[in-house]
Amino acid sequence: MGVGIQVEGLNAWYGKTQALHDINLTVQANHATALIGPSGCGKSTFIRCLNRMHETSPEARVEGKVKIGEFDAYQGTSATQLRRRIGMVFQKPNPFPTMSIYENVAAGLKLNGYRDKKHLDDIVERSLVSSALWDEVKDSIHKKSGASLSGGQQQRLCIARALAVEPEVLLMDEPCSALDPISTGKIEELIFELKAQYTIVIVTHNMQQAARVAEFTGFFLLGRMIEYDKTEKIFTNPSDKRTEDYITGRFG
Amino acid sequence: MSEPTTSPASQKLELSLWRRLSDHLASAFAVGTVIIVLVPLVAIFGYLVYKGFGSLNWAFLTQTPKPPGEVGGGMANAIAGSMLILTIGSLLGVPLGIGAGIYLAEFGRNRFGDLIRFISDVLNGVPSIVIGIVAYAIVVLRQKHFSALAGGVALAIMMVPTITRTTEEMLLLVPNALREAAYGLGVPRWRTTLSITLRTATSGIITGVMLAFARVAGETAPLLFTAFGNQYWNWRLDQPTAALPLQIFTYAISPYDDWHRQAWAGALVLIILIVTAVAAVRFVVRRGTLGGVA
Repeated sequence: MGVGIQVEGLNAWYGKTQALHDINLTVQANHATALIGPSGCGKSTFIRCLNRMHETSPEARVEGKVKIGEFDAYQGTSATQLRRRIGMVFQKPNPFPTMSIYENVAAGLKLNGYRDKKHLDDIVERSLVSSALWDEVKDSIHKKSGASLSGGQQQRLCIARALAVEPEVLLMDEPCSALDPISTGKIEELIFELKAQYTIVIVTHNMQQAARVAEFTGFFLLGRMIEYDKTEKIFTNPSDKRTEDYITGRFG
Repeated sequence: MSEPTTSPASQKLELSLWRRLSDHLASAFAVGTVIIVLVPLVAIFGYLVYKGFGSLNWAFLTQTPKPPGEVGGGMANAIAGSMLILTIGSLLGVPLGIGAGIYLAEFGRNRFGDLIRFISDVLNGVPSIVIGIVAYAIVVLRQKHFSALAGGVALAIMMVPTITRTTEEMLLLVPNALREAAYGLGVPRWRTTLSITLRTATSGIITGVMLAFARVAGETAPLLFTAFGNQYWNWRLDQPTAALPLQIFTYAISPYDDWHRQAWAGALVLIILIVTAVAAVRFVVRRGTLGGVA
């Protein structure tokens, strides 16, 4: 089951440049939350702070509080432990090119020392079914490399890979920006189904996509979160002028 | 584009003629340079076969050298010795080189890394005879006699810089997105480096290792006062050992015609050994990775 996320007073820097200013946000469990905003507004940086991926960038720094369920992300835990509870899907599909489809999905468990072959088979199949890829690849999961799939299939493979470690939260950083409309449609359907089991935070450039998949939407601008509300409210009756300007296409 | 002229068709033809011509010229240039590069290679191999194949016989591959002046005998002990020394050199040099390459690529974005890079490049340019002296000083003097181990150490030192720099280059070519994908799954950094980054770069690293191997396999100078050479069989690490390049050197400057012929045969065997080793490693690596990936 998914868990909620609580963010309090989050600030983030790249070297001397401050990328996030005092973000406060509560993400509902088992819902999809979309983060929108123009390029460079900090929405990607924000979700990279949720699974502490931000700190892998050179000279990156974070301050503030992030709670994933009851679990403090920055205190009393290591980044690796935290990331096992949080799946991440990236902008560009990034399957491991030297691994077969099966190995890609099993990677998270195998590389963390899990060896039970029988159970792994089950998990791989279940994850590929959940990511709606199973029917397309079931005959070649051992023969084909992850990199030999089409772009849309690769992205669903990456989703399967993230699901295989049974996370509580799924972070998606513009998961459809490198995909064609049909693949995008498939991923969006998938997000709908995955909500039942996971809490989803999705960064997107596409406002229609946010409106289609998410119950809640946050609008980011210049490293600040301007507005956060029910998606419907954000798109029909935003309370901040800047949000309105952005969603009506006046800038960004 | 400007408006159509009186004869757009002929102009178009002219353009495509020029394009086709320049296309052919470029292709011809590319093929020409390949041929120029291949000529010396083929010429050397052809000449070695021509001069050496006649003396290549069962005795050459199975017998040890005859005393000076006597006809016959072979280089079996030198072939075995070369394999022994190269094995020692690879066992020492490959892990060291790859380890240093990993450090430089994954953790070496700092001053210390730059220093290592600089030293590595300098080491690459140190004359091989000097490397031989170093191995002599650190192994032979201590053991009080020449040995296969000393030869292996000399070759290992020569292999390290090439392997280090190619490993680094190949690891840096691995997209950061793959590292992040692994981190995102909660895989620790060391595991990511070994199982994702290194594995993705394997075929490139193997190329670097094989380049280094092929280069040192033919080295004579660093073996002169380390492995030293030996008229007889030797399998012990702490004893002087024959090696093909040494044997070729000794025979080539000798006054005997039979030894000259054997030197040619030795050179041919050496090249065949290197080509076989490189091809075998490539084959094994290709079998081990998924089709169309490496």
